[in-house]
Amino acid sequence: MIEFHGVWKTYPDGTVALQSVNVLIERNEFVFIVGPSGAGKSTFMKLIYREEVPTKGQISVNGFNLGKLKPRKIPYLRRNIGVIFQDFRLLPKLTAYENVAFAMEVVEAPRRLIKKRTMEALELVGLKNKANSLPSQLSGGEQQRVAIARAIVNNPAVIVADEPTGNLDPETSWEIMKLLEEINYRGTTIVMATHNSAIVNAMRKRVIAIDKGVIVRDEPRGEYGYEI
Amino acid sequence: MRFSTFSRHIREGTKSIIRNGWMSFASISSIAVSLFILGVFMLLTLNVNRFADQVESQAQIRVFLELDTPEEKIAGIERQIKLIPEVKSVVFVSKHDALERLRETLGENADVLDGYEAENNPLPDGFDVDVFEPRQISIAAEKIKALNDTDPDRSIMRVRYGEETVKQLFRITNGIRNIGLVIVLGLAVTAMFLISTSIRMTIYARRREIAIMKLVGATNGFIRWPFFVEGALTGLIGSLITAAGLLAGYAQVIRSTRLDLGLMMFDLVPLEEAFWPVGGTIVGLGTLIGIFGSILSVRKYLRV
Ligand SMILES: Nc1ncnc2c1ncn2[C@@H]1O[C@H](COP(=O)(O)OP(=O)(O)O)[C@@H](O)[C@H]1O
Ligand SMILES: [Mg+2]
Repeated sequence: MIEFHGVWKTYPDGTVALQSVNVLIERNEFVFIVGPSGAGKSTFMKLIYREEVPTKGQISVNGFNLGKLKPRKIPYLRRNIGVIFQDFRLLPKLTAYENVAFAMEVVEAPRRLIKKRTMEALELVGLKNKANSLPSQLSGGEQQRVAIARAIVNNPAVIVADEPTGNLDPETSWEIMKLLEEINYRGTTIVMATHNSAIVNAMRKRVIAIDKGVIVRDEPRGEYGYEI
Repeated sequence: MRFSTFSRHIREGTKSIIRNGWMSFASISSIAVSLFILGVFMLLTLNVNRFADQVESQAQIRVFLELDTPEEKIAGIERQIKLIPEVKSVVFVSKHDALERLRETLGENADVLDGYEAENNPLPDGFDVDVFEPRQISIAAEKIKALNDTDPDRSIMRVRYGEETVKQLFRITNGIRNIGLVIVLGLAVTAMFLISTSIRMTIYARRREIAIMKLVGATNGFIRWPFFVEGALTGLIGSLITAAGLLAGYAQVIRSTRLDLGLMMFDLVPLEEAFWPVGGTIVGLGTLIGIFGSILSVRKYLRV
């Protein structure tokens, strides 16, 4: 599903963010990427959805060889990947429904499908009754649910979540995790970067630990393994 | 492209024009001004060419006499003209003939002459003079004019012949046209930059939307379309306003000069003939300017 082979990433200013990274993530896995701030977690995520390109090495995602991917084809790669961020990134003037439908409209999905799938996605995240609310009228947890609905509405093979609970209180964080687990259960691969040791320790999923750009640990049912 | 996608691009482009308010207004105005000037020059050129054709078809000297020149005097002048060696023939055109001729020229518009009858005919008597050689026409015309020098009443009001007038007109209009084209070009470039600035504002206002579009896999074409629509629509609005105003104004000019020009046996290019060349060029150019303006900004500021 996702394969990193000898991947290095050096930013233009000389910062080495990843060194010699080899990772294989299978279809339907749930993987935590952990590590201290500045370790290279976000860089790892950005390489998956080709926001960044590796300085060296090969990456393939869901059958796309990113090294050979023409810029023109990037949109078609991204339709296989749903991305979630710490800061939600909703459009403030659009309702919850419109934010989710937006992701389908801009990939030119047929109209009748948009309505059906948007409502299904909102139902899955438990926000069907808030479909007409603006982001400003929703709590942080609810906004993140809208973002999740937007990420899954095009039925991606993989969800990339960069610290999705970073702005949420523990209780809300758990609701989000339950949701991601449900989505994973339905067949979507999930890669999630996090600082939240309680969640990682409780969920017992595969844990990849990065430190200073190097993978220092990769365990099938791992723990967070750092002091906070 | 799906119809729903197409209508979405149109909707988004239109929204941006409205949201950019004053900037859009400035773009539209500058397009309108530059194209208006261009349109005026086009109409001028069309009419000068028509005028030249009309004049050339009249390879004849026309002599107009002062009103109320007595008959004996007329006969005398006619004899004198006949004595000029270059002159082949002289035909007297009474003011009555002139009025009839004018009626014919005006055709269906002859009703402007209603009310002018034999008693209040405003036209002068005159002659149509033919020369042996067209090249001699200016010499003959000068000699006819010179007849006034020996005439205390200076009965010859005006001597007109085609070539000279045409040459002079071309000299003047060519000069005006060249200056005009430079002005038009400058204004068009200004308009293009205003539009591109407007588009840049839209790109900035929509940066979050654009980022999300990219993230969820919208194609570059899809992301760019609304900006081209915005540019094209701005140009289209500006040029439609211009074309409508200009052609309406021209129709008014035709109406109000019909009688005066008709008296001189000329008429302006009719509206139907000017409509498509002038209106089409203005609208086409305006839209192109708008599209180029948006290409400028999209290429520079929309990295997709
Ligand atoms: N665009 C960038 N340009 C230069 N350096 C960057 C850029 N993005 C991240 N970095 C640097 O790369 C390193 C890894 O960053 P990041 O992947 O964001 O880490 P994490 O997400 O684990 O906090 C950090 O030292 C960071 O400062
Ligand atoms: Mg990060």
